[in-house]
Amino acid sequence: MANATTYRICPRSGLQFEAQAEKLILANAVAAVVFLLIGGVLAIGVVLTRWPAVHWLEAATFYQVLTAHGLDMLIYWIIFFEIAVLYFCASTLLRCRIATPRIAWLAFALMVIGAVVNNIAVYQGASSVMMTSYVPMMAAPSFYLGLILFAVGALIGCFVFLGTLVIAKRDKTYQGSVPLVTFGAIVACIIAVFTIVSGAIILIPTYLMSIGVVKHVDPLIYRMIWWAFGHSSQQINVAAHISIWYLVAAVVFGARPMSERVSRGAFLLYILFLQLASAHHLLADPGVSTEWKVVNTSYFMYFAVLASMIHGLTVPGAMEVAQRQKGYTKGLFEWLRKAPWGNPVFSGVFISIVGFGFLGGISGVMMGTEQLNLIIHNTIYVPGHFHATVVVGTTLTFMALTYYLIPTLFRREMIAPGLAKWQPYLFGFSMYFFCLVMMGAGTLGVSRRHWDMAFSGSAMAYEWPGAAYMMMGLVGIGGIVAIVGGAIYIYITVGSLLWGKRLEAGATSQKVTPIPPTAPSAAAQTYGSMGFVAPGSFVLAIVFLVAFVLYYFINWKYLSTLWGMS
Amino acid sequence: MSAILPPAERLWWKHPIDRVEGTWIALAFIWCMIMFFMMVLWHVYGEQNLSTETYKTTPDAFMGKTQAMVDQYTVRTETDMEIPVVAPPAGSDVYLISRLWSFWPILELEKGKTYRLHLTSLDYNHGFSLQPANINVQVVPGYEHVLTVTPNQSGELAIVCNEYCGLGHHTMVSRLYVR
Ligand code: HEM
Ligand SMILES: [Cu+2]
Ligand SMILES: [Cu+2]
Repeated sequence: MANATTYRICPRSGLQFEAQAEKLILANAVAAVVFLLIGGVLAIGVVLTRWPAVHWLEAATFYQVLTAHGLDMLIYWIIFFEIAVLYFCASTLLRCRIATPRIAWLAFALMVIGAVVNNIAVYQGASSVMMTSYVPMMAAPSFYLGLILFAVGALIGCFVFLGTLVIAKRDKTYQGSVPLVTFGAIVACIIAVFTIVSGAIILIPTYLMSIGVVKHVDPLIYRMIWWAFGHSSQQINVAAHISIWYLVAAVVFGARPMSERVSRGAFLLYILFLQLASAHHLLADPGVSTEWKVVNTSYFMYFAVLASMIHGLTVPGAMEVAQRQKGYTKGLFEWLRKAPWGNPVFSGVFISIVGFGFLGGISGVMMGTEQLNLIIHNTIYVPGHFHATVVVGTTLTFMALTYYLIPTLFRREMIAPGLAKWQPYLFGFSMYFFCLVMMGAGTLGVSRRHWDMAFSGSAMAYEWPGAAYMMMGLVGIGGIVAIVGGAIYIYITVGSLLWGKRLEAGATSQKVTPIPPTAPSAAAQTYGSMGFVAPGSFVLAIVFLVAFVLYYFINWKYLSTLWGMS
Repeated sequence: MSAILPPAERLWWKHPIDRVEGTWIALAFIWCMIMFFMMVLWHVYGEQNLSTETYKTTPDAFMGKTQAMVDQYTVRTETDMEIPVVAPPAGSDVYLISRLWSFWPILELEKGKTYRLHLTSLDYNHGFSLQPANINVQVVPGYEHVLTVTPNQSGELAIVCNEYCGLGHHTMVSRLYVR
């Protein structure tokens, strides 16, 4: 099989694509975008229902649509795209053929079948259980079956990725260590394997319960293991999108990491502490001890947070160093002002970095603090937080990467480049706003996954403060603008694939062109020998830290006004 | 384009660290430790710590204890459903049932007094979201969670279910009085 394939070198990027890998990446990316489209259409229903003045859908429809929105977005859109990223980081970046393409297609087929079966189960109506499907609330058996098939497919995809690494090593297509971006992808893959196994451990018994074979799955153990799957999978997203940040820094600026050791060490921290993450979701639960909560929710003393804070400096830092080498050395921020703000690949990533850190990161640590969790558990603060991580962080990054892949991998000229230039700003900033007002409403206690904050018809209706209603109205407005931003992305991507001008493929050959050895760089030789290379990024990081400290302690202050509890 | 190329230095773990990174890592590390010990310290000095006292229970057992409390301490009933309003003495064990789609009974507590509040669900997961006090606790079937609470405000509060519990989830709301 090894010689049945061809390799082409893209004239626009210099990347080498193997024919099979190219098709697989394309198929997975297209499937991802289809689910983003479905999830986006469902988001219209969700957001127009939660906007109190509109309150569009019926209750049952709302819960059904919300279940599907969560699944299609968080699972199908993101994981299909991640499989594409994994294949790209192995086969394309290491310039080798993809391992067992047939099995990779099988994985793809399983994932598609699983996603479709699961979606159908939800639309049939008896599975409006939210993506978390906490037992003993039961969905139709095909709901779980679809998820399991999808997970098996994704797991196979992970192994194809690992197999591809082995091929690259064996065929010596590169020398020394793998590139940082591939390293990040390996981290994502390892976390994914752990995650999917946790998912299997809990979903298989639940499936058996739904068909009557197993009598009882303990609700608390379900929550613990489900979240070992559900939260760790967010760690996959983080590892994946941070890898892409480095990738974009490299392709847009020619940037290299300030220190390989720091960036890789930070990735490794994600693996070391990942299995602890499910605690975030059990902080308000019975039955788990304080010690367990404190140690686990902080990933053993916040080492995963430390890792993210490191990347938060080193990604812009790498860009800054590259820009300064090009002569943009004036003041602290000339490098940033002279960045290609009109290039959606860059602007998307930069908006993503800032939003992920300031909105997603700070809120996530706050709500993951054992005692502080009491003031936000299951409020709409939670979706506010994770739209900042998984939409501003992961989704926007994937969008930016797509803009890079359209001419290189898809070999199409982008339609509507003028629109593409604005899309990251429209989508990113409306999402910032959307997340902020959701967190605002959540701070006032408004519940998540709730059809009617007016409790109309209830004898004991509670009246939320007017500010909560106003915030939820703003959620509606921000959400609709974000949906428009998302629609533009889909229009550009799908449109370019269908109608974009074909671009030349570049020279094709039967043989791999290995990566030439990298010339030794002018990197620092000892600690600090380069001086203080990225002062601008450092200042940004300090601004971040100050915001973080302030917000953190404001919430402790708020907590201290609550009822005494012990 | 080095982040997507193999590093020039083969031994990446020997790659020296820049001063910007070193400084930031030190600062971030200190902040992480502060956050970690903040949680620990709050257990010593803070007033708001969620109890972890938990027992396994069954719907029958919990129903029995709740019924006994209702029989003894009901002061009036409210709404067409005639939900008992129960005013148990300070310091006592008080029981609150969550089930599809109501809380039962209605509790009446005294400000500044401490109670042992027992929570469980008879069916699915539910949420105990006390508003506007904004205390949010998960209610898990099969587990009896005993919180020690001391109300610090008086008035009529609401308990909203904020864990999705099926199609009637949004109708699951009740009251709690603090005198
Ligand atoms: C583009 C615009 C989007 C809008 C306007 C939107 C809106 C919303 C709203 C209002 C909720 C909360 C509903 C509630 O709890 O009552 C929600 C939930 C959710 N959204 Fe989005 N969303 C968007 C995009 C996304 C994307 C891109 C993702 C994932 C990558 C995503 C993942 C989720 C998830 C996982 C939930 C939670 C579902 C659950 O509670 O089970 N959303 N969305
Ligand atoms: Cu409920
Ligand atoms: Cu509920």
